[in-house]
Order: sequence, then C-alpha cells, then structure tokens
Amino acid sequence: ISRHESEHLRKNPDASLIRLGIGDTTQPIPDTITLAMAEQVRGLSTIQGYRGYGAEQGNMPLRKAIAGKFYQDMGIKANEIFVSDGAQCDISRLQMLLGSNVTVAVQDPSFPAYIDSSVLVGQAGELEEETGKYGNIIYMNCGPENDFFPDLSTIPRTDIIFLCSPNNPTGHAASWQQLKQLVEFAKANGSIIVHDSAYAAYIRDGSPRSIFAIPGAKEVAIEISSFSKFAGFTGVRLGWTVVPEELLYSNGFPVIKDFNRIVCTCFNGASNIAQAGGLACLSTDGYQDLCKVIDYYMENAKILVDGFTSLGWKVYGGKNAPYIWVHFPGMSSWNVFAEILKKTNIVTIPGRGFGPAGEEYIRVSAFGQRQIILEALRRLNSFL
Amino acid sequence: MSLMNNLSTSMISSSSSTFLAPTSFNPSRTQSVSVPLKNINIVKCVATPQEQQNAYKTKVSRNANIAKLQAGYLFPEVARRRAAHLLKYPNAQVISLGIGDTTEPIPDVITSAMSKRSHALSTLEGYSGYGAEQGEKALRAALASTFYRNLGIEDDDIFVSDGAKCDISRLQVVFGSNVTMAVQDPSYPAYVDSSVIMGQTGQFQKDVEKYGNIEYMRCTPENGFFPDLSKVARTDIIFFCSPNNPTGAAATREQLTRLVKFAKDNGSIIVYDSAYAMYMSDDNPRSIFEIPGAKEVAIETASFSKYAGFTGVRLGWTVVPKQLLFSDGFPVAKDFNRIVCTCFNGASNIAQAGGLACLSPEGLEAMQEVIGFYKENTKIIVETFNSLGFKVYGGKNAPYVWVHFPGRNSWDVFSEILEKTHIVTTPGSGFGPGGAVRVSSESAHLVTGRMSWKLAEDSSSFTIESNSI
Repeated sequence: ISRHESEHLRKNPDASLIRLGIGDTTQPIPDTITLAMAEQVRGLSTIQGYRGYGAEQGNMPLRKAIAGKFYQDMGIKANEIFVSDGAQCDISRLQMLLGSNVTVAVQDPSFPAYIDSSVLVGQAGELEEETGKYGNIIYMNCGPENDFFPDLSTIPRTDIIFLCSPNNPTGHAASWQQLKQLVEFAKANGSIIVHDSAYAAYIRDGSPRSIFAIPGAKEVAIEISSFSKFAGFTGVRLGWTVVPEELLYSNGFPVIKDFNRIVCTCFNGASNIAQAGGLACLSTDGYQDLCKVIDYYMENAKILVDGFTSLGWKVYGGKNAPYIWVHFPGMSSWNVFAEILKKTNIVTIPGRGFGPAGEEYIRVSAFGQRQIILEALRRLNSFL
Repeated sequence: MSLMNNLSTSMISSSSSTFLAPTSFNPSRTQSVSVPLKNINIVKCVATPQEQQNAYKTKVSRNANIAKLQAGYLFPEVARRRAAHLLKYPNAQVISLGIGDTTEPIPDVITSAMSKRSHALSTLEGYSGYGAEQGEKALRAALASTFYRNLGIEDDDIFVSDGAKCDISRLQVVFGSNVTMAVQDPSYPAYVDSSVIMGQTGQFQKDVEKYGNIEYMRCTPENGFFPDLSKVARTDIIFFCSPNNPTGAAATREQLTRLVKFAKDNGSIIVYDSAYAMYMSDDNPRSIFEIPGAKEVAIETASFSKYAGFTGVRLGWTVVPKQLLFSDGFPVAKDFNRIVCTCFNGASNIAQAGGLACLSPEGLEAMQEVIGFYKENTKIIVETFNSLGFKVYGGKNAPYVWVHFPGRNSWDVFSEILEKTHIVTTPGSGFGPGGAVRVSSESAHLVTGRMSWKLAEDSSSFTIESNSI
C-alpha cells in the first residue's frame, strides 16, 4: 500500500492524502494516564521508586485490575491473566505454545497475524496460488450471507479456532447466541478457541465483550486483548492474554502452565512504564476519559457509515468496531482501492489483504481527526 | 507438580545477569532484596487429583517440545531450608536469593526524556501511534554510531527490541526447528530453553544433564573459559556470550578471531550476546563485528538492561548484517525483519525515548557512572574472596565473579553459608563434576547447575564454582 501511495504522490505531488486505511489510533492519550506513566518514570530515578525486573506475567495490581474491570462475575482470576506488550506478540507466543502439529481455523477475512504466525510455526502447509489459501488452514468464510459469522455446520474440526470479535476487518460483533454456538462447537470437537477481543471496548449494542461471558467457555477458550485501540497504546505497547486454569490438553495437562513457561522463557514482561499507564486506564477517571475517545472514533464511524450509505454503497460494520467494511460486488478490491486513491486522494485498504473472502471489499477505519473524516466524505461526494 | 514447576520456572526465567551490587553490608539495602517467592506466580491447580480425572479435557495435544523442558527441583528445597532457618533464628536478618534486580536508580537525564515523551503522548503534535517495528530511526542511528562506528554496521542493520531474551526467541523462530545449535557450558538458560521449545533438541538426558542434539562447549578454568574449538562439532548456530554470564570471562581478540574462523570454516552462524560489553575493562573486543569477516557469520544481541537499569523498562537491540546469508543466498536480515513485523510490534515508544537519551553524551556519561559503581562492588567482592583464600575468576570485565570451592558439595556450601551468615543461596542439585555455585553478594545465591544457570538477578551477585567430587 505504501508503494501505491508513494507512486501516487510522485504523480501528484500536490495531492493531500487522507489515510483512512491503517488501523492506527490518532487521538492523544488522556492526561490521567500519561501523568501516571510520567510519575512511574520519575520514580525510576529514585531509590524508593526504582523497579528492576518485574514478573514476566505482569504486575499483580494490574492483573487484578484487568480481572476486576473486564471479567467481573466471569470467574476469571488475576493469576489467569498474563500482561504482555500487545496482542500481536501474544499471538506468536500462543503459536509457539501450541507448536507446529496443531491444525487451525481462521475467519476469512481476518487480521493477517493469525495466518502469518501459523505459517511461521509450520502449521500452515503450502500456499495454493490459485485460491490464495494455505493447504492446512481451514478458512471460515464470513460474509453478508451468514451475518459475518462462520457457518459452523460447514467447518471441519481443527485443534484451534481463531475468532476476532468485534471483527477486524468486517466490524461484526458476534452475538451471545453465536458465541454460545461456537463454544458448543469447540466443546463437541475438543478444540481450543483463541478469542481476540481487542475491540471489545467499541461494542455499543450489548453484544458479549468476552468469550468468558458464555458458560463453559473457560474449558475451551483463551482470550487475547489489548490496550492499543482501547487506550491509544499502539506505540506504548500493552495487552493481555487470559488462559483459564480449566483449559486442559488432551492428556490433562493445564495449558496455563505451558503458557507460563513460554512467557518466562521467551519474554521478560511488558515495560513497567506501560503497565503503570495500564493501571491508570482502568481507574474510574482513566476509564471514563478513554470512553470519550472511543465515542469520538465511533462518531467518526457513524459519519462514515451514513456518508457511504447515502452514496449508495453497501456498508457493513462501523457499529461495534472502528472499521467499516464496504462491499463492491463483482469488483477487485485493489482496483477499487486504486480508483478511490486516484480520484479522491484517499487511502483505504483493499479487502484482499485480509484473505480471499475480502476480495470485493474495502476497509475504511474510523480513526482520525473529525475534520479529516468530513473532508474525506466531501471528496467522495464530489467524486461520485 | 505445580508449585515446584512454577517456582523453578519463574526462577529460571529471570534474566541471566547478575550484578555486583553496592556492598550490601548496609542494612537498609536488605529492604530492597527480593525474597524468593516475590516474583513467583503460583498457579494453583483448582482440581484435586480426583476431580482432575473427571475434568473436561480438550482434544488438543500438548506441545511435546515444551514437555521436554526440565523443571528444576531445587527451589522448593531452598525455600524449605530457608523457612527452617528462619524458625531456628527468628531474628536473623536473612538475605534471600530471589530473582535479583538491578538496584541503582536510572539517571535523571534518561528518565526526564521518558517523562517528556509520556507527556507528549497527551498532545496532538506529540502523539504517536504504531512505530516502525524495527525501531525509531533516530535510535537506530544513535546505536549504530555509538557502538558500531567504523565497523561497517548501518542504521538499518539494527533492530530495536524489548530486550535480549525476547530477541533470542525471535531469532530461534527465524532459524526454525531444523537447525543444530551449540552453547557454552555454563550458559544463560534462555539459549537452551528456547532451542528446546523450537524443537531443535532431543530429550533431556538425566544422566549427563544435557539435551540431546545440543553441542555443549565446556568453559572451565583449564581452557581459560573459552571453548576448545578443536573438540566442538559443527553446528548451524553457535551461541556465545562475552563478557560471560555466569563466568565473567571476556573473550580476547585472538579468541574471537578463532571463533569467527571456526564459524566461517563450518558455515555456521554465531549469535553473539554482548549484553555486558560496557563492563569490559581489558582491551577486548566489545562487539563481534570488531573481528574482520564477522559480518558474514554473526548476529549480535545487546540490551540496555544492565547499562541503564532498564531491566523493567525493556529495551534492547539485535544487529543482523546485510552480508549474513543463508545457504541459498537469502539474506538472514530479510527473514528477521519479517519475524519482527509479524511477531512483534516494536519496543515501547517511551522506552525508546529513554534509549535515545542514554546515548546522548550526558546519558553515556551517566551510564558509565552507574556501571563504574557496580564494577567497584565487583572489585570489593573479588578482594574479599581472595583474602579469604578462594580461587576467584571473572570480575574484571563483567559484573560476575566466579569463585571456586574445590571438592565441596554445593548443598554443603549452601548450608554453611546459610548457617554462618544468614545468606540464602541456591545450589544446583544433581550436578555432575565441575558443578558451579553462584552467589549473589547482595542476596547470597548459590546456584549449582551446569545447564540450568539460574543467575540471580541481583545487583550484587557473583558466581561460585564448586568442583564436587
């Protein structure tokens, strides 16, 4: 994409690009949180406040705060929470945990890291050029016809099932009923769900924010999450993974023990400064401030959804996630991307980048300054 | 199973560097000493054995490679003896071995830069989101010019990370499961453990305390703590740490030249861990790239942990030269870049701001001062053990002192030290000949263990080598 951008800028040096593609947060982090981080930093220059190595699993107060804030009444305990430097890193650590001999299923389309990490660990088999799919991976199609949730009756058993909800890129938040089905499916098949809840804070319609809201999920699921999109911590680096004690391998060995071993061998803990920030994020004031930022992004999303709809486009998502998934039936996503870029200087992301089923779609993200969002719509209106 | 596993796991997990702390005869220091259980995450198995039989199990097989990892059996016994000792001497000011930490505060010049960056994240102009996974340009440039000036290492050969331990695992992902590896014996546990996890090794052989398929390069006083390369079989990867944790040995230019030649002749890749390079007193190379030809055979990892007290802040780097090629001619750096972009999302931007400040003239001076302070402690410990008549190694180019207790059993040494000085250490058990004991001077810490070098992350620690009969 940056290649296309550079090329475009070369041809149109005066173009003012609007980037609605990359899922990167743009709004500053609220003061309550950066103040806490600055305080932690200042403490590091004092004898009383200096901290060296922390527990690889994370600082206990933060683990407790995460449990209390997000898993209240779900029976998830602090010691089942592993603080990390972000979901992308956790995905790879989980893959190292699981090893090369497991089979995986991913949504199609999906965030590329599940597939990429699967390939790296040796699970994926060969890439089939015609389909663009890896031979050993099961791709669970998600489209308008199945409400962007896999039709589990068509999915063969795999050891691991990756599910991201709210979804990147489609924006779909799985309903209670859908997640219950998934948990039952996993239970019947003896599979492990890896549930990516990085966008849970964007849910507006009461859909479950954690897989552990579903009874029985603790025996079949791991959940990964992140402060990136929740708190603007994309550069600060902080996330967490929940591995319930009840989750057992086929031989009865608890998965949490091996994950702990991976964390202790391959990682050395998230930065204590980021963790101090994380704790502030979960304070009453901090959380309130962050909700305002999320509201800002979701207002952007609403403006984009309304704007695209009035253009006559088929629009999905944008209601429980900062992503809008726009359908251009019969068209190649790269061609749509290129045309939008050429005519309006707006950079989006071609859906094909998220998997074969992304082919007729474009992803637009709702991050950005309000005036940029409005300007983008103005340009699109005049282009059409 | 659980408690033991978790104790040893968290102990083994700590970083390998042990510091020589300020002399901890200052009682107020002991307040900052970590107790063995502090950082241990005790995972309590909720099910009783009976219930476990009825508990739901998935049909996912446990990763057999992880199952190969050996849990130590050492630490619960240490904890038991410590508890017994406290019962016997309830008023004793026991100095315990825990996961030792660096203790000196971070110099102001560095923290003020991090503070500034934190505040900037609350402003529109200063806010930054995702950074380049390889690290911020200014930091990469500063690392190149500070540590690799005139060595032909360029900014984009440098990949900033959240620390050497994490980089070691990412390098293992680059190498994959089909490579063979060699490590020094003794060595930092992460090289071996990450190799086991990746599936490069065979099973652990209890009789010799070695994993199958790993080439262990013995480092002893007899060979000047540099392996006899004529006795080392060819492996794809050679892990080499200098200045060394735990022995404190620093390889000379001549030795490293031989190592580079050995790698070149064998078509091997050296992974050179230079985390303690700034502790070098002698005129030994600080970077493997000082050796001509090294760029074609070596990767170097390094860390801010022991220079700037960044053990909790998390910042390090790895150098992968463009000239380093796989057997098919493909540049290793390209694959490492791919791993960094897929499995990682960059070091914390605040930590990176701190790193940049570390490399300013003021920052470098401040780091030298802290390092000098630790080195002075090392000197005191060397002198103390010398004056007690012990044979002492290391301590000159690293924050580690290697003290010899010939003919002593490590548990006996442990007990004696505990009884006489109220210092709890961690002896390695089941150790063959040439067992080594490591003591951290702030929290005396006896660790014997040829393979599972658990180095107390302590600001004052030194290793004691004991040849058990």
